[in-house]
Amino acid sequence: MILSKLLTELDWRGRVFLLALAAAAVIVPVLNLAIPEGSALNVPTYAVSLLGKYLCYALLAVALDLVWGYCGILSLGHGAFFALGGYAMGMYLMRQIGTRGVYANPILPDFMVFLNWKELPLTWWGFQSFPYAMLMALVVPGLLAFVFGWFAFRSRVTGVYLSIITQAMTYALLLAFFRNDMGFGGNNGLTDFKDILGFNIQAQATRVALYVATVIALALGYLVARAMVTSSYGKVLIAIRDAESRARFLGYRVERYKLVAFTASACMAGVAGALYVPQVGIINPSEFAAANSIEAVIWVAVGGRGTLVGAALGAVLVNWAKTWLTGAFPEIWLYGLGALFIVVTLYLPKGIVGALSEWSARRQDRLASSAAAEAGVGPQPAGAE
Amino acid sequence: MRFARLFLALLGLALAMLAPPAARAADLDAAFARIATENFNEIEAAIGDLAATGNDKAATALQAMTDGALVYAPATKGVFIKKADGSFLDARTGVAPAEAPFATKPVRVNNRIRRALEAALGSLTLLAPDPAKRLAAAEAVFKSRDVAALPALDVALAKESDAKVKRVMTQARAAAILAKPDATDAEKVAAIDVVAERGDQDALSLFANLRANGAPIVKMAAETAAGAIERRLAVLSSVQNVWYGLSLGSVLLLAAIGLAITFGVMGIINMAHGEMVMLGAYTTFVVQELLRTRFPGLFDWSLAIALPLAFLVSGAVGVLLERSVIRFLYGRPLETLLATWGVSLILQQAVRSAFGANNREVGAPSFMAGSFDFMGLQITYGRLWIVVFCAAVFAALLFVLKATSFGLKMRAVTQNRRMAACMGIRTPWVDSLTFGLGSGIAGIAGVALSQIDNVSPNLGQSYIVDSFMVVVFGGVGNLWGTLVAALSLGIANKFLEPFAGAVLGKILLLVFIILFIQKRPRGLFALKGRAVEA
Amino acid sequence: MSSVTNPELTQSILYLDGVSVSFDGFRALNSLSMVIGHGEMRAIIGPNGAGKTTMMDVITGKTRPDEGDVLFDGKVDLTALDEASIAELGIGRKFQKPTVFESHTVDDNILLAMKGPRSAGSSLFGWRNRVRDDEKDQVLETVGLKDHRRRLAADLSHGQKQWLEIGMLLAQDPKLLLVDEPVAGMTDAETEQTAELLAAIAKTHAVVVVEHDMHFVRALGCKVTCLHEGSVLAEGAIDQVSTNDRVVEVYLGR
Repeated sequence: MILSKLLTELDWRGRVFLLALAAAAVIVPVLNLAIPEGSALNVPTYAVSLLGKYLCYALLAVALDLVWGYCGILSLGHGAFFALGGYAMGMYLMRQIGTRGVYANPILPDFMVFLNWKELPLTWWGFQSFPYAMLMALVVPGLLAFVFGWFAFRSRVTGVYLSIITQAMTYALLLAFFRNDMGFGGNNGLTDFKDILGFNIQAQATRVALYVATVIALALGYLVARAMVTSSYGKVLIAIRDAESRARFLGYRVERYKLVAFTASACMAGVAGALYVPQVGIINPSEFAAANSIEAVIWVAVGGRGTLVGAALGAVLVNWAKTWLTGAFPEIWLYGLGALFIVVTLYLPKGIVGALSEWSARRQDRLASSAAAEAGVGPQPAGAE
Repeated sequence: MRFARLFLALLGLALAMLAPPAARAADLDAAFARIATENFNEIEAAIGDLAATGNDKAATALQAMTDGALVYAPATKGVFIKKADGSFLDARTGVAPAEAPFATKPVRVNNRIRRALEAALGSLTLLAPDPAKRLAAAEAVFKSRDVAALPALDVALAKESDAKVKRVMTQARAAAILAKPDATDAEKVAAIDVVAERGDQDALSLFANLRANGAPIVKMAAETAAGAIERRLAVLSSVQNVWYGLSLGSVLLLAAIGLAITFGVMGIINMAHGEMVMLGAYTTFVVQELLRTRFPGLFDWSLAIALPLAFLVSGAVGVLLERSVIRFLYGRPLETLLATWGVSLILQQAVRSAFGANNREVGAPSFMAGSFDFMGLQITYGRLWIVVFCAAVFAALLFVLKATSFGLKMRAVTQNRRMAACMGIRTPWVDSLTFGLGSGIAGIAGVALSQIDNVSPNLGQSYIVDSFMVVVFGGVGNLWGTLVAALSLGIANKFLEPFAGAVLGKILLLVFIILFIQKRPRGLFALKGRAVEA
Repeated sequence: MSSVTNPELTQSILYLDGVSVSFDGFRALNSLSMVIGHGEMRAIIGPNGAGKTTMMDVITGKTRPDEGDVLFDGKVDLTALDEASIAELGIGRKFQKPTVFESHTVDDNILLAMKGPRSAGSSLFGWRNRVRDDEKDQVLETVGLKDHRRRLAADLSHGQKQWLEIGMLLAQDPKLLLVDEPVAGMTDAETEQTAELLAAIAKTHAVVVVEHDMHFVRALGCKVTCLHEGSVLAEGAIDQVSTNDRVVEVYLGR
């Protein structure tokens, strides 16, 4: 019921987005499975997984947009939530390897046998169960975000200070996961996965299924985020972004609003990470690198923050460009990415979607001068006051 | 029997000291004549005689004998040292003989002889004319705790005039007594007192055995002495930690101090700050390459030459960055963060394209090498220079800010931009130069960091989080706060390392700072008041 | 707090006694004492740095005083509460610089300010969608923004933003309004309108206005308190205060 209400309330942007996702969920698998290999129309399996990877990034971008675009929290640590979700999935996949590992230990993953560990550490208990692992992919990032946000928002750490400590958080986790005695595979991370839910992870059908699951997760993530930001809650969130102390003096407990958004966003990022790992086949500590989190921010900025759809679009576009450029001109990619950061912040502060809707709003204005500007795409949330 | 013989030998040696030089020369000749034999007893006696002469020719000969290079001609009883190239030296005179000896035989050595040789050599070096050699010999005896060296030590002690050498000899003697099976408890207790004076790890290890299974009174004395040494060592290691912490803190401060200006004073989040440091390090590399190929003699000056250049290079890049990007983003800190991150990617890639992705070798000038001992602390010159350099940079920066007209203008602009503009200060110009100053200092830091870190395109990345932590922890806009923060974080890190390991220590500190910022969002020495939140 | 039965206290909406605040050695408030009665309107004047805004910060919970009592409605200790609780008690505040939610419409700005549950949990399930149009209309009418209700707050003029903010205060329906420099940057006509608006509001609410514009203060026609160096210099009717020698010396000028 809520879903149908949501669908009817969607703006045209949301409808186009969901339609595009639905099309992607149907057409790509058909082109992969039904069209014979070698045909011009065939989508090779590796491309399906690549697309699945982009969509995981898109879900991460939507999560980031929820906090940055609508609440003004520039998190430079969302990669950490993504990676934690990924590790949860990775641990499940490791447990599924069982006796097929190099050391053929039914319980312990290879790296533990290699480290001479005798029993499974507590942190790994239960990860042979898929539902438990998926629950952890949600709960662990959510819990971290909750605790982190609880302290940070209550003490009114805002703006760049918050950005810097989120960066410190992911940096600390990066260092921690590099340690062998953390029990998460040290700097090699988790890899050599065999199967997921009993299906061979390398098989074409599994890969397509994972891709479809990612499309569905992205659609759901978008709908949840959209429901949040269009509700009264979302109005308060935007109000906080624009004028935090005004909201406070009106009686809103700003820290709780932020905490809800931050935690929900982290859970979403965790799901994205969990879907990412089986499609790329590895998770290691480098996913915690600060650079990854900052790169995610630029996806959102390119697509247009505070638009959700734009965030997803930005993630897919930038990553597609990255794949193409690193293949064609490896030297150029970092120049391009760097320039993208500069150009977008200087000349395209609202991103692609923001600029497009501004343009269409102006055109509508000309057509019917009474038409009001679309709400939701605000001006820069300058640190008001 | 060996002891008795050696004792006699040393007695002879002592007497020889009193005898006139001519007599000693005669003794030397006699001893050499005696060694030219097949008889082990005779050889052993001759070694004693040689040692007794205290002559350095004797020492050379005995050393050659341990190396199997001492030969004699049975026909003439001449004794020679056979050199590696097959030529000979007369052992008596140390010069090549007029004609090569004929049908020589090596002086025979068995285990008994070898022991006698070692003892003789030890006592001979204990009597060597060079005090440094005597000191080394005494230290060697202390380490080996050779009971056999006791008589030689006694003789050497009686004759020793250098206070330092004498002290070590006394300690060596005490160490030997502690190892002597038939020493009385009283002797041992006295020896413990002597050894305890050293107060180092060697003394401590000497006591370990006594503490475990000595006689009660000896055990107690050893316990007490060891306790005192352990306390002293603990203090010493704390001091050492503080020193390491200071040097680490200086590194942090160097990396952060430029940021303290751009972020702390101007409020610009410059994510490319680390790359300014990197540019400084690469400037050093280029300067050294040029000097190496063109003016090798000036290599020791390379850092001094690199400093102003690094300041100019990084400063110029900073001014360029401010003029072309940052000035359009004033008042939008989050956007500034993103744009400067983009700049950092470009700078990294540019350096990677120009110099390659691998680490570049930056050498240390000679004055940075080596170390010295300061009250039991090993202080390397490299660390010392970094600390000194960091203090100098900090002082210079304070001077610029507080005592120059540029500093005055800069403070005016940061406090009240509009007012400063009304007073006729060209604020955009001041902004650029301030940013350039902060970047230039980062470049200078790069020169110093090139000495202790790998010079690679990723150099800056490894400092950026730390630098921000330091500035935020110290309190934004407060240079002294940055100083205190850097040093205390450095020291805390070094004290955590023994317990937690380097990585975990660092994680703990990061978590601490994250929690600290929650408690005091504006840092240790924050400015309070209404204006800050505007 | 020995004076629980103090009639001055029990009859007051706001009671400040011996309040001091220092920032790094600078005493922004120096043993400030002041009483505002129920339904009273009060104008606060004083030179820059006299502590006017700091006083507002203390009342609204943004700054904690080093010492002194701040009591609301004769009984609630404000120094122990945070901004949100104080707002819920019924104290509204308008900032010096107009602060409204720029990316929301005028309508939504008022809607967000209106009395009602404030928790994040309930907001997720849409309490704000139950629009109370009549109340909202009334507020918009009062501040004269009814014709602009669909516009984004960002597109309003400076004076309109000031009114919108006052409207948000009204929607909040507080017992006490703190208004910081409401006519700064306004035209003469707007200033006059604002004075009328505040006078109308003062009929049903206690209002404290900080203002530099003496014409405006005169137009308000209420009791005036002059602050200087963090404490009260003079208090009384406008004519009385404006002729006070000390006030003339430190603030009005000769």
